[in-house]
Amino acid sequence: MNTYFIKRFVAMIITLWLIVTGTFFLMHWVPGSPFNEERTTNAAIQKNLESYYQLDKPLLVQYGNYLKALVQFDLGPSIKKSSQTVNDMLGRGFPVSFELGLYTLLLAIVSGITLGVFAALRHNGLIDYLAMSIAVLGISVPNFVMATLLIQQLAVNIPIFPVATWSSPMHMVLPILALATGPMAIIARLTRTSMLEVLTQDYIRTAKAKGLSPVKIVFKHALRNALLPVVTVLGSLAASILTGTFVIEKIFAIPGMGKYFVDSINNRDYPVIMGTTVFYSAILILMLFLVDLAYGILDPRIKLHKKEAK
Amino acid sequence: MEKILQVKDLHVSFSTYGGEVKAVRGVSFDLHKGETLAIVGESGCGKSVTSQSIMRLIPDPPGKIHQGEIIFKDRDIIKMKEPELRKIRGANISMIFQDPMTALNPTLTIGEQIMEGIIQHEKLSRDQAKRVAIEMLNLVGIPNPEIRLKQYPHQFSGGMRQRIVIAMALVCRPDVLIADEPTTALDVTIQAQILELFRDIQKKTGVSIILITHDLGVVAQVADRIAVMYAGRIVEIGTRREIFYQPQHPYTKGLLQSVPRLDAEKAELVPIPGTPPDLFSPPVGCAFAARCPHAMEVCDKVYPFKTQLTSDHNVDCWLQDERAKKLVSSFK
Repeated sequence: MNTYFIKRFVAMIITLWLIVTGTFFLMHWVPGSPFNEERTTNAAIQKNLESYYQLDKPLLVQYGNYLKALVQFDLGPSIKKSSQTVNDMLGRGFPVSFELGLYTLLLAIVSGITLGVFAALRHNGLIDYLAMSIAVLGISVPNFVMATLLIQQLAVNIPIFPVATWSSPMHMVLPILALATGPMAIIARLTRTSMLEVLTQDYIRTAKAKGLSPVKIVFKHALRNALLPVVTVLGSLAASILTGTFVIEKIFAIPGMGKYFVDSINNRDYPVIMGTTVFYSAILILMLFLVDLAYGILDPRIKLHKKEAK
Repeated sequence: MEKILQVKDLHVSFSTYGGEVKAVRGVSFDLHKGETLAIVGESGCGKSVTSQSIMRLIPDPPGKIHQGEIIFKDRDIIKMKEPELRKIRGANISMIFQDPMTALNPTLTIGEQIMEGIIQHEKLSRDQAKRVAIEMLNLVGIPNPEIRLKQYPHQFSGGMRQRIVIAMALVCRPDVLIADEPTTALDVTIQAQILELFRDIQKKTGVSIILITHDLGVVAQVADRIAVMYAGRIVEIGTRREIFYQPQHPYTKGLLQSVPRLDAEKAELVPIPGTPPDLFSPPVGCAFAARCPHAMEVCDKVYPFKTQLTSDHNVDCWLQDERAKKLVSSFK
């Protein structure tokens, strides 16, 4: 088991290194730099700035320096917001995005699975059609439309919830709802399909033949087997939700890290582009690892480590 | 002998896009205490549907039991509601399915799967249930049951899994065990072991067994009585001896001739020509008439009466009619 974890860890580091390398060179390959805007700066100042941020050095040297700093978890200074380091920005933004993401995920998983299970149990019945209509709506309505609708109805027309910002539980309700509908719909559809398949399996008939109640059959025998495909999607879904979403955070004026992703690219703010990408990749890789662990728990046939040859 | 289960005039059909498939069309039989009744017939003759109807496991929709009675302990199973059925399933009547590879839940330990039946029906504690489960695994011949209980189905071979499925079915000491092709998915050496196990268990527990199979070799080894099904009806029923040595229905004779025998003078197998009828619109008369070498005009038009040959032996065939017998003898 330990050798598995070591092997896996090494693989994760290599993956991350590949992503860092790819992003670094692609980013510099794209025309433009942090300093060419409409406002033309004095050539001497520009030169000073470039040498301050070491942008005048050969690309390979810059790459080497970046890796050296990265190993010490130093993501460098922001070029556009000169008083801040990338570590500061992520340190401030991530906890907020994580909180929003975590509640969103919980809501999406619980309601998605419930909806999916009921739809499957009442296959082609009224509940099924209702649940799947909700799911199709959830998938096709973009979350910014959902967000503005929710604000219009539940904050302006009927002022139950505050319109924006992030300070109390009441403030969290609307952004969570807006963000959760999409993932919920995806999870509901997957759960339904997977449940329908599992419910026709022979072992479900065996469970019925034992005289078990429908509740026991569904929760003990069917759901666990039906969750594998759902868990697969959850990995990447969780990573993207937990690291913040630009649109929802912008609409609700939430100080998360979503805006850094987009702003940094518009500004060609090299260290921030690298920082957010590396951070997102690290979270994604971690989530995929957790998914693999979850497989092993859900299905005993999936072994995380190869058996030693006897 | 005491009748433990009586099936009377059972009709089951399935609605499909193509129309209504009349899978079982008036099946009646009795099951005696402690006997093994084999139901044989080719694929699609309704033998599995009959057995699943007894436990009311036919998925509805598309399946529907249209008429008939299934009397178990003076009560009609067909009239029972779900909660009552759940008390009978697994406790009084239990079932073994064809494929042991898929009949067990891959994500639960076999101990859990054996124990949940007892816990459901007998309100035992987990410790007591575990003891019963170990006893059961011993009975079906699984070595080291204490360790094996904690393992998952994929850690067992096919034959072992079928033993576990049998243990699971027997755990509440049912009165009736329905085995739906229990050896079809196993290789021949394992088949013999499993059949031996059935005989052994029946001796020890006195359970009545309904054995569904298309394998006459299996039937010859374990059945006390045999019911031959064709196109949704039992066409002949009798003791093993009567069916193997004095088969009366042309279909039964055809079945026996299409099985290889070691003691036969001619090694050639005689297949039954043709195919079974379409059960969307089954024939009015005898369903076998189109394939029958002895078919008469009446066979196509009227379904034959049941002829009682001995106390156990019944056959549905016009050849048993006095007039047909006279006709046949006049040719000789």
